[in-house]
Amino acid sequence: MGRKLDPAKEKRGPGRKARKQKGAETELARFLPAAGDESSKRLSSRARKRAAKRRLGSAEALEMAKFPGAKPLPGKLPKGVSGGAVQTPGKKGAQSLLRASQGKKRPAPTHSSEEEEEEDDSEEDDVVNQGGLWGSEDSDADMIDDYGADSNSEADDEGEELLPIERAARKQKAQEAVAGSQWSEEETEEEEEAEEGSPESGPQKNDETDGGLQINVDEEEPFVLPSAGEMEQDAQAPDLQRIHKRIQDIVAVLRDFGTQREEGRSRSEYLHRLQKDLATYYSYGDFLLGKLMDLFPLSELVEFLEANEVPRPITLRTNTLKTRRRDLAQALINRGVNLDPLGKWSKTGLVVYDSSVPIGATPEYLAGHYMLQGASSMLPVMALAPQEHERILDMCCAPGGKTSYIAQLMKNTGVILANDANAERLKSVVGNLHRLGVTNTIISHYDGRQFPKVVGGFDRVLLDAPCSGTGVISKDPAVKTNKDEKDILRCAHLQKELLLSAIDSVNATSKTGGYLVYCTCSIMVEENEWVVDYALKKRNVRLVPTGLDFGQEGFTRFRERRFHPTLRSTRRFYPHTHNMDGFFIAKFKKFSNSIPQSQTGNSAASTPTNLDLPEVKDHMTPKPKGSSHPAKKARVAVKAKQQLQKRQHPKKASFQKQNGISKGTDSSSPTVSCDTKSQASSKLQDSSQPAQKAEVIRGPKVPRKLKQQLAMPQASKKVAFRKQNASRVTDTEVPVLSLSKTQATLKPEDCDQPFGNSKRAEKVKQQLPEQPFKKAAFRKQNGTPKGPETSTVSLLSSSRPPPAKRRKSQSRGSSHLSS
Amino acid sequence: MRPLTEEETRVMFEKIAKYIGENLQLLVDRPDGTYCFRLHNDRVYYVSEKILKLAANISGDKLVSLGTCFGKFTKTHKFRLHITALDYLAPYAKYKVWIKPGAEQSFLYGNHVLKSGLGRITENTCQYQGVVVYSMADVPLTRPPWRSCWPWESTGMVER
Repeated sequence: MGRKLDPAKEKRGPGRKARKQKGAETELARFLPAAGDESSKRLSSRARKRAAKRRLGSAEALEMAKFPGAKPLPGKLPKGVSGGAVQTPGKKGAQSLLRASQGKKRPAPTHSSEEEEEEDDSEEDDVVNQGGLWGSEDSDADMIDDYGADSNSEADDEGEELLPIERAARKQKAQEAVAGSQWSEEETEEEEEAEEGSPESGPQKNDETDGGLQINVDEEEPFVLPSAGEMEQDAQAPDLQRIHKRIQDIVAVLRDFGTQREEGRSRSEYLHRLQKDLATYYSYGDFLLGKLMDLFPLSELVEFLEANEVPRPITLRTNTLKTRRRDLAQALINRGVNLDPLGKWSKTGLVVYDSSVPIGATPEYLAGHYMLQGASSMLPVMALAPQEHERILDMCCAPGGKTSYIAQLMKNTGVILANDANAERLKSVVGNLHRLGVTNTIISHYDGRQFPKVVGGFDRVLLDAPCSGTGVISKDPAVKTNKDEKDILRCAHLQKELLLSAIDSVNATSKTGGYLVYCTCSIMVEENEWVVDYALKKRNVRLVPTGLDFGQEGFTRFRERRFHPTLRSTRRFYPHTHNMDGFFIAKFKKFSNSIPQSQTGNSAASTPTNLDLPEVKDHMTPKPKGSSHPAKKARVAVKAKQQLQKRQHPKKASFQKQNGISKGTDSSSPTVSCDTKSQASSKLQDSSQPAQKAEVIRGPKVPRKLKQQLAMPQASKKVAFRKQNASRVTDTEVPVLSLSKTQATLKPEDCDQPFGNSKRAEKVKQQLPEQPFKKAAFRKQNGTPKGPETSTVSLLSSSRPPPAKRRKSQSRGSSHLSS
Repeated sequence: MRPLTEEETRVMFEKIAKYIGENLQLLVDRPDGTYCFRLHNDRVYYVSEKILKLAANISGDKLVSLGTCFGKFTKTHKFRLHITALDYLAPYAKYKVWIKPGAEQSFLYGNHVLKSGLGRITENTCQYQGVVVYSMADVPLTRPPWRSCWPWESTGMVER
């Protein structure tokens, strides 16, 4: 790690070395004419302007204060100081890497640029900003222009024989001497932190050229995509430096594609090249990098990749069952640990900067006073907010950090059931819980999907689902290459199953609870928003705010997928923005214990549903008119109104799953019942009049029919229904409600759908809604697509919910049915 | 999971009594509910009755742990007390030993304590007595591997 002999490198810093021992560099600078040229080239834009002014011979303007560097520098310095104070260590690390990745390694300007970057961090720090800021500083300096005064006076003193270049060089040295005292510490730090791929000369040149790009666009050659031959060469012997430079160039080009593009090259070619380069430089597999490129804009992408190269700071959580954070911090500091409170959002967290003793082996650790836990792992438990004397289930608890946090929040009251499917990792759970003094926990070894059959009725459930681990790449770099499409989908499938089981284990009627928190340490949309969306469609749950006031909101749409708008209340965390492991947290509230019999669960359901609603409406209005019984007509009209209202309501509201589900369940039973009853009635009366149906619905006949129908196997049911339907008259009016695509066609066969043949193909289900809607038009069909799907609550399907649940939903939904 | 038999209960209580004497009753009748001992896979667990009710639903082969593990029965039906019982025994311990800060670290990492490291000791502590070791700050001390089942007397002091 010796110092490189770099004549062009400016010596900055207040230290002795900068001042005294100029070394060979300065000697060479005097003798080598090339060095002089380089130094002139290396002049900052401010220096160049000054040189130009001097050449013009504007001596008056230069007679200013004698202290050349003082004014512009203090301007920089406060920023530097404040920047330094504000920086957390993690951020500093990220900053230094950021700098390195951007290739700006000049010591002093780098530091100021670092602060500039810090300030602009949120705005996607880029070269343009950098150069612009630099330029603004120049203009400041120009106005004062102390350097010129000094050098000019110097030049005057020594006579006019000095060339402008030499004057500029001398001025620069004077500038350095003044600036040196302020920058020495930073310089050494920066030099130490410079481990990233690019060597110093490369980044410096980059900096120069980038700065030059800003000021004099003509000087710099526009970036050209490498030819095929070069690419092959890269594949064989990748030159990381070149690749890194190319990455930066491509990002810069793509940022301003219109002007900087190379003629004849498309954007996708640039992107393709960038993907290849990023994959090579950061050692990612192509699949994962493609996914990341979909997820992040380009500037964030580079930051994310950089952040994954560095571990997150070590954090620990105080065990409030045994000690307080203040006391623990004091005890650890006495042992020689350098730590700080984690942040405003955590009352028990501490972040460890460095430690002279192993942090996992202190007596305090053995006594169970704290637990080593990532900052992002504390968040789901904070979102869950367990109360005392509750029953909590932690479905995937290993290694026990979240479980113990739950226990400490509950103060060892209530009961926690900590479950994990992995026997080996359960041992660590046992150990941790005993160490931390948790006494209210039962530890079990089930597959999470077996809940709630084993035991259910919990007040709150925490599901930290097994995932692909793309948020914790810094902990496990193998994830970069060994994840592909199949892995992600397999994880997603498992997560969906676990989530449904978890939802079923929550007791919606719990006095204090009814909440479920789903979290993963992954950033993939397939494992996060998609799974949550699936659950919203399948169960009677809705998303509620997590209670975490920071973090990025989850996506409501991603590429071709559309999710429920309430997904905005979920939270995403990233390593490069929050300096904690990538995480996703969603909090559900279960509002009904019944399980909707939805079998389609299409994500595209909502749109067709909406289309169908107008149809239904249209169909509805004729129906009331067609009613032959005035009295019934009135009833029907009322019902129609109700239904219209209901349908409109969901239509207006977000038509996505949640509303659908919630309304669906409510309306579903009535709807379904209506349907079945109507069908039954039609069977009986051969009339599809709503009024009649209404009558029938109220009548006792329907249950009988229903039971008969239920008793039949579904297949035969369908046949029976077909017959019934065929006998009916106004089947054509059946609105196409069904959420599915085939809605437009009303078919008598759709009638049997309401019975929720789970076994049936989706098609059946889809057609289901049509019938109920049409017939039970006046019931609160809510037009929700879910309605038909979920309409099979209780009554219909012989396969699903037990009578108890059925009763519940029925009572909730329809008052007509008597079960 | 099953309650302890008479024999097992006797053996276990004898062992515990070595440390806390007659204060055993206090373990069972606690102000925040009744606690009991249950045996599962040869380990004795100390749980409150509320937890017991929920744990009854879990099948035996899937149950790993409940409440606090006090110790286990060996193949020859001797009872070994675990360090996890420390939290419950410490308040009722009859014979206590306090060690100086300097010796505390050494003790924690597995070494014996010399007489010079003793800070205080309860009177009338005879040799080979079961004691609970405290630091000067009255914190009962554990040591790695903290889940090992070393009875306290074996980690004890080298007298004289």
